[in-house]
Amino acid sequence: MAYKMLDGNAAAVEAMVLARVKVISAYPITPQSYIAEKLADLVAKGVLDAEYIRVESEHTAMTAATTAQLTGVRAATATSSVGLALMHEVLGMTAGIRMPVVMPVVNRALLSPWSLWCDHSDTMDERDSGWMQFYCQDVQDIIDLMLVAYKTAEHDQVLLPAMVCFDGFFLSHSMQKVDVPEQELVDNFLGEYKRKNLYLDTSDPMFVNDLTPPEDYTEFKYQMKVAMDNALQVAPEVMAEFERSFGRKLSIIEEFQTADADVVLVTLGSMSGTAKQTVLRLREKGLKVGLLRIVLYRPFPFKQIREALKNVKVVGVLDRSSGLGLPGGPVWVEVSCALSGCGAVVKPYIGGLGGRDVPESTIEKIFNELLAIKNQETETHTSWIDTKANAMDIREVLKVV
Amino acid sequence: MQKQPDGRTPELKKCRVLGPMASIFTSANTGSFRIERPVVDYDKCIKCGICARNCPGNIIEIKKEQKECVEIDYYYCKGCGICANECPQKAIAMVRERGEH
Amino acid sequence: MYELHSASKGLVSHGVTTCAGCALELIFRNVLDVLGEDTIIVIPPGCSAIFSGYGKETAIKIPGIQGTLESTAAAISGIKRGLLAQGNTHTTVLGFAGDGATLDIGLQSLSGMVERNENVVYVCYDNEAYMNTGIQGCSSTPLWASTTTTPSGKPTPSKELVRILAAHNIPYAATASVAYLTDLRRKVKKAKETEGAAVLHVQTPCPTGWRFDPAKTIELARAAVETGFWILYEFENGKFIINKKLKSFKPIEAYIKGQGRFKHLTAEEIEKLQAAVQQSYERFVNSCNAGQ
Repeated sequence: MAYKMLDGNAAAVEAMVLARVKVISAYPITPQSYIAEKLADLVAKGVLDAEYIRVESEHTAMTAATTAQLTGVRAATATSSVGLALMHEVLGMTAGIRMPVVMPVVNRALLSPWSLWCDHSDTMDERDSGWMQFYCQDVQDIIDLMLVAYKTAEHDQVLLPAMVCFDGFFLSHSMQKVDVPEQELVDNFLGEYKRKNLYLDTSDPMFVNDLTPPEDYTEFKYQMKVAMDNALQVAPEVMAEFERSFGRKLSIIEEFQTADADVVLVTLGSMSGTAKQTVLRLREKGLKVGLLRIVLYRPFPFKQIREALKNVKVVGVLDRSSGLGLPGGPVWVEVSCALSGCGAVVKPYIGGLGGRDVPESTIEKIFNELLAIKNQETETHTSWIDTKANAMDIREVLKVV
Repeated sequence: MQKQPDGRTPELKKCRVLGPMASIFTSANTGSFRIERPVVDYDKCIKCGICARNCPGNIIEIKKEQKECVEIDYYYCKGCGICANECPQKAIAMVRERGEH
Repeated sequence: MYELHSASKGLVSHGVTTCAGCALELIFRNVLDVLGEDTIIVIPPGCSAIFSGYGKETAIKIPGIQGTLESTAAAISGIKRGLLAQGNTHTTVLGFAGDGATLDIGLQSLSGMVERNENVVYVCYDNEAYMNTGIQGCSSTPLWASTTTTPSGKPTPSKELVRILAAHNIPYAATASVAYLTDLRRKVKKAKETEGAAVLHVQTPCPTGWRFDPAKTIELARAAVETGFWILYEFENGKFIINKKLKSFKPIEAYIKGQGRFKHLTAEEIEKLQAAVQQSYERFVNSCNAGQ
């Protein structure tokens, strides 16, 4: 074990190097660019034995990574925001032809307005793409969940690609002390990549991804549904093996002070760390609050969330994407669904959009509202929790009268 | 499998694969497209092979040793008429089909 | 490994459901015949996807993938590098895409592939419109040709792929014609042997889309070359080589007559088209002579 000071992007690169990726096709985008640069640097210096494809777009990056992996190697790419949106079409192909590509996604808001900064709208838009999604709380999580993602994705019962999502700047650019596993241990954990299922080889030909008639299309989608169901079993097993190999405990959902909690907040990503601090501080005041962090968001751990929260009276869900056209964001919709019939009130919160920090004060405000609702002092809540009071008046233009 | 170093046919078994793919090489009965059938006048034919070379379906064989040297596979021939049009001797006529394939 | 349910000469099935008289079918067979069985193919949606197959069945004996419409060049880049990463330098990686997938939506990924000089072969079969979706106009549709989205004739001329690629300093690019199969096969072989990117642009008469008698496919392709409408040339080592220089131009009628897509042209317009084709040919030849 070696400790290194790494930011999130560097941690993602460490994980890709440890996984011995053989083909890299990467296109720079803020805040992911360091990943594309660092991998190029490592290949140029001969540290990493891989082909580097300096592509002209994310669409090509995703296509080339997918087709390279079809020949029988681990392929790598990484993206963010509009880059992920540009990949959208190909993401469906990667998942559909069951290529277990693992891709770090540095979460950044989608336009419009233009933003370089963090929220989860990019990956939330791909939640039904057939990719698994892991969300990281800190930099250590990035290496750990990347390795877990490779092993889960490549599992015979899964064979689906995976995104490892981490918050732009909050994680991508913040240095933390990280335990980087030794190569030999990772080699033992992941094993050498072997092509399986679908592949391209002239000595054993098949034609992949031809037109599928209506009589078979549903069944191919059903196969993917089964794979997603299997991933909910496989990912915890892989995490247990990870703990045996590397000594760090991981789980698909993380329950923090939920056992006796009156109210629980559900979060993903880096804001979960802040939320935990808030929980500890409020607990000191005697308030029974708790946090549930979703680590594996796709497949969605319905049963696990229901089991964890079935006795909680009031649940808040803080979405870091806007979920326009619904009272709350996508995580709220799904948590509500998981808790239907439990009798819990599930309140939607939206915050931390476009790089807005989610400080303890925001989390505390949510907990105070949830407690007030639990104590039947109020029924109202502030779903757009950190929106400025003058939201409708933040721009003015001069006009001729 | 095209290349077997020892020249033997390997033992094969069916294995399940997941996801969309094609594993059967096959052909359609494209002769059912045909409205007109190419018919060769062997008195004019000079066995040059231009008809075979230009056939999109690759279904014309030239058997130079035979008198009736142009073999057309009517199971596949769509009756496009390229062979007749390209024949330098105009030795191929396109004859209306009468429903028998 | 494929189960062979049908005997066939070569790598392509005989009974393929392309239209009668389809030039694409003849081009496809010749390209695969020259490249051989140690080839992996990428085919986007479009007419050539008929060869990919349907359901369990395919019409080719080599491995391949049907990718997305705009990413053929990206897909072959990934496959080539994946093979190289495993020490496989012998397998040819072929992209086989139509004009829409190449000159319109796929031009960006093709440009990237050629600029990176990936060691692959890319063949654009050009039937001059989106034929598989029902004959919609594209950037390769020629001047004044009628399509379902240019019903009164396209007001602008087509893009020139090989000259676009020449501007990338591509190692090898060439035009080809289905009427000159020996020349086509030579160019495919050259493309395979080229170290680096090689692209062929093959004119592909389409009886259905151009509305002509299917028997005339080769005749029209030949007329396209003899009228100066389609120029056979190569770009190699930074130089253009014209394969078939015209001493005189066949009247443009020899090419456009019998094609429904040009039927609406008046005698005056035909005269103008003749002048435009000749002018374009001469400008190209002169630019080659000037050492461009």
